[in-house]
Amino acid sequence: MTSLAFLIALPLVIAMLLLVFRPRVVRSVIVIAAAVVIAVGSLSLLLPQPGFLSAPFQVPAEYLDWIVLGVELALAAFIFFLGIRHVRHLVSLLALLQAGLAVATEVLFGSRIEVATLIAADRFSLIMAGIVGIVGSLIAVYSLGYMKAYHEHHREYRDRQPLFFFLQFVFLGSMFGVFFANSLPLLLLFWEITTLCSFLLIGYNGTAESRGRAFLALTLNLLGGLAFAGAILFLASTAGTVELDKLISMEKGAALIPAALLAFAGMTKSAQMPFSSWLLGAMVAPTPVSALLHSSTMVKAGVYLVLRLAPLLRGTIPGTMVALVGGMTFLAASLIAISQSDAKRVLAWSTIANLGLIVLCGGIGTYEALWAGILLILFHAVTKALLFLCVGTFEQKTNTRDIESMSGLIMAMPKLSIMIQIGIAGMFLAPFGMLVSKWAVLKALVDSNPLLVIFVVFGSSATLFFWVKWMGKLLEVTKVRQADESGIAGRQWVALGALSAISIGLVGFYPLISAQLIEPYVRGIYGQVAMISQGNFIIMSIMLGMVALFPITFFVYQKNVRVVDAYLGGGNVDSSVLFQGAGGQVKSMEMRNYYLTRLFGERRLSLAGGIACAAFIFVMFGVAL
Amino acid sequence: MSPLDTALLAIVVVVAAPIAGGLLAGIDRKLSARMQSRWGPPLLQPFYDVRKLFRKETIVVRRSQNFYVYFFFVFMVFTAALFFTGGDILLTIFALTLASIFLVLAAYKASSPYSFIGAERELILMMAYEPMVLLAAVGMYLVTRSFIVVDIARSPQLLALRLPGLFIGFVVVLVVKMRKSPFDLAASHHAHQEIVRGITTEFSGRTLALIEIAHWYETTVVLGMAALFFAALPWLAAVAAGCVFFLILLVDNVFARVKWQVALATAWITAAALGVGNILVVFFLR
Repeated sequence: MTSLAFLIALPLVIAMLLLVFRPRVVRSVIVIAAAVVIAVGSLSLLLPQPGFLSAPFQVPAEYLDWIVLGVELALAAFIFFLGIRHVRHLVSLLALLQAGLAVATEVLFGSRIEVATLIAADRFSLIMAGIVGIVGSLIAVYSLGYMKAYHEHHREYRDRQPLFFFLQFVFLGSMFGVFFANSLPLLLLFWEITTLCSFLLIGYNGTAESRGRAFLALTLNLLGGLAFAGAILFLASTAGTVELDKLISMEKGAALIPAALLAFAGMTKSAQMPFSSWLLGAMVAPTPVSALLHSSTMVKAGVYLVLRLAPLLRGTIPGTMVALVGGMTFLAASLIAISQSDAKRVLAWSTIANLGLIVLCGGIGTYEALWAGILLILFHAVTKALLFLCVGTFEQKTNTRDIESMSGLIMAMPKLSIMIQIGIAGMFLAPFGMLVSKWAVLKALVDSNPLLVIFVVFGSSATLFFWVKWMGKLLEVTKVRQADESGIAGRQWVALGALSAISIGLVGFYPLISAQLIEPYVRGIYGQVAMISQGNFIIMSIMLGMVALFPITFFVYQKNVRVVDAYLGGGNVDSSVLFQGAGGQVKSMEMRNYYLTRLFGERRLSLAGGIACAAFIFVMFGVAL
Repeated sequence: MSPLDTALLAIVVVVAAPIAGGLLAGIDRKLSARMQSRWGPPLLQPFYDVRKLFRKETIVVRRSQNFYVYFFFVFMVFTAALFFTGGDILLTIFALTLASIFLVLAAYKASSPYSFIGAERELILMMAYEPMVLLAAVGMYLVTRSFIVVDIARSPQLLALRLPGLFIGFVVVLVVKMRKSPFDLAASHHAHQEIVRGITTEFSGRTLALIEIAHWYETTVVLGMAALFFAALPWLAAVAAGCVFFLILLVDNVFARVKWQVALATAWITAAALGVGNILVVFFLR
């Protein structure tokens, strides 16, 4: 149990060190050492340790209550004055209200409530901790190289790297806190620290634009935090407990209101519609931030909470509404991603879509859905982190992140291009991870609510479109370009290479992870478990083996063929790109992907999706109350 | 079935499917010719064509472009083997998608404007038919409680009676999948149209022959899926597959090509109305 507390505390200590020791070399050493320790530490928890998981953790609760409350009030005060200073009164109001709820809970019920288990870890939290530990550490290492180049390119932004790394490690520590906390006030405290880290990191550049986006993120997340605090107060007053495990084992009927409030908090954190705008705005932050907070870990805290509530939501109307919000978000966000040509926005919309799919699983709440949801979190975290870091590297090298300008990347930056392709393949293609999970979602839905299948089948056909056209852009070559991948730090390659290897490795190893961690957890709740049958797994392995042969073709060129210029209607002028126009003039041909903006425009679809999801949320609360 | 039997059956499928597919292509050309008051080529003409293609010089724009076609071919064979040995129908659909994606990537790799437009349009078409195909599989599951092709085929119920909407919807997207007019926007069979040959513009010789053979496999798989709706009565399944094939030919000869917007709308509205409607009826009247 000490190791749980150790994992929470260590990053916080590292963060302090980074604030004190500011030279770049020292920082590199500290970050790399810390990354190794955190990664190993979070993985070591996954090793079988008899008796460890059930040992309760005893602390003098009365002091701790007040410490938690004190830190929470300090945070609230900080946010309150932030709101005053920047004339964001809604932010101040939300902070004030939340502080009020926290004080009310403590004053009215604090003395009567015994917290038996303050922090604890079951297999689900350990999976989450493993993801944060590995992905988070790799991103921290990547950031060392990236942030140096970032400030060399962007002289206009103040170099505040010590603050940047401080926030990154505070964030990592509080993520472990979110996953290990069993006492809800403690969970909320860590939850709000991640919100604040996100706010400060989005506003890192210090421009008016980034500040605006940061406040948008803060406002929407505080709204979720308020619902969370409301859930705690309600739970304390009606059930006399503030513990997550007790909530989950409660009668469905009595727990419906706090469950709905917590699900609402989860949906804001996971940027579900109609709250998805903050995640798009968060893309102004430096790319490692987007990779760490806004795709692979922080937003996963929201879906983690929703999946925790799965047993309570199963078969209830509020649960169905949660599932509808997730399904609608998946569909709308996938369609919107078609219309985007900014690589980071494509990734952002795809992240929102996949979070929607996980929320859908939580809302359904059957054992199959829960299994699929956890698998989705795992695959998505690794693959999306890889893709974000690749796009960041591309931007660092070319100063653009337009997908159209990735044309011919296979020649210009072969290594990076292959890594992006691994990431993209991992996101939607058989036999890679996300497809396995989507398949599991489909199976979970046909048994419980086939109506929701619509969202999944239409949404995933849209994902197919936008991923393949991106992949095609990487492959097409209209003019010969020299390979140039200089200027990308070795630490960046280490992180990129490791994430690529994990993305591929997971396809082979997920049955093991499932058997050791996910299945026992799901069986512990439902007594039943879902899995991919062995026959299908063998077939998937054969497919993987065949696909794995493909990269060979990047390096082998075919002989015994005649190379000619591309067909340009017979008017080629000595090349595949120049042709003679109707008036005899020489023109250059251009190829641009379809974005179908009139059909799948961002504004129209997010409005429609937002209205639909808002309606579902109203029904959810209406029924729960 | 023991693994050995499965392997033997897979070999039979790998050999027999292209023969059946090639014959169907021959019938296709013969019937189309008759509908247009022509005599038409001999039944075996597709085989002669492919033989001739194999002897032709292979011309490329990009030296690596043909590898994608090889993978397209291999995965198409894999898909046929998976389907006809009675594997998981969802996995079959995913493998089919994977194969099709390799063809699209091949067209991108060729880096020619005509194949590029073909690739883009092919993607739109894939996006158009995918939901309906998946919904068909879901419908079959709801009736038979299994995604395994063998179990679906052995079900005593005539699926088409329970799933008429899905069957009709599936036939509609088959027109897309078999590259027939009015939805042949990605790769027209007639090279004088606005996108030349679209997706296959830059492929020639042996590679083009492989694309052709892969399409024969594809035809047998998708007609096999259509026949699955009648699997309870094998003779009816054969008749139904024949009728579907004829109907698609007729549509091909009667309709002019439409824009992608119409193709997408037709496929999606069909899927949403007939497909989803049918699934809801089956689910709630269970």
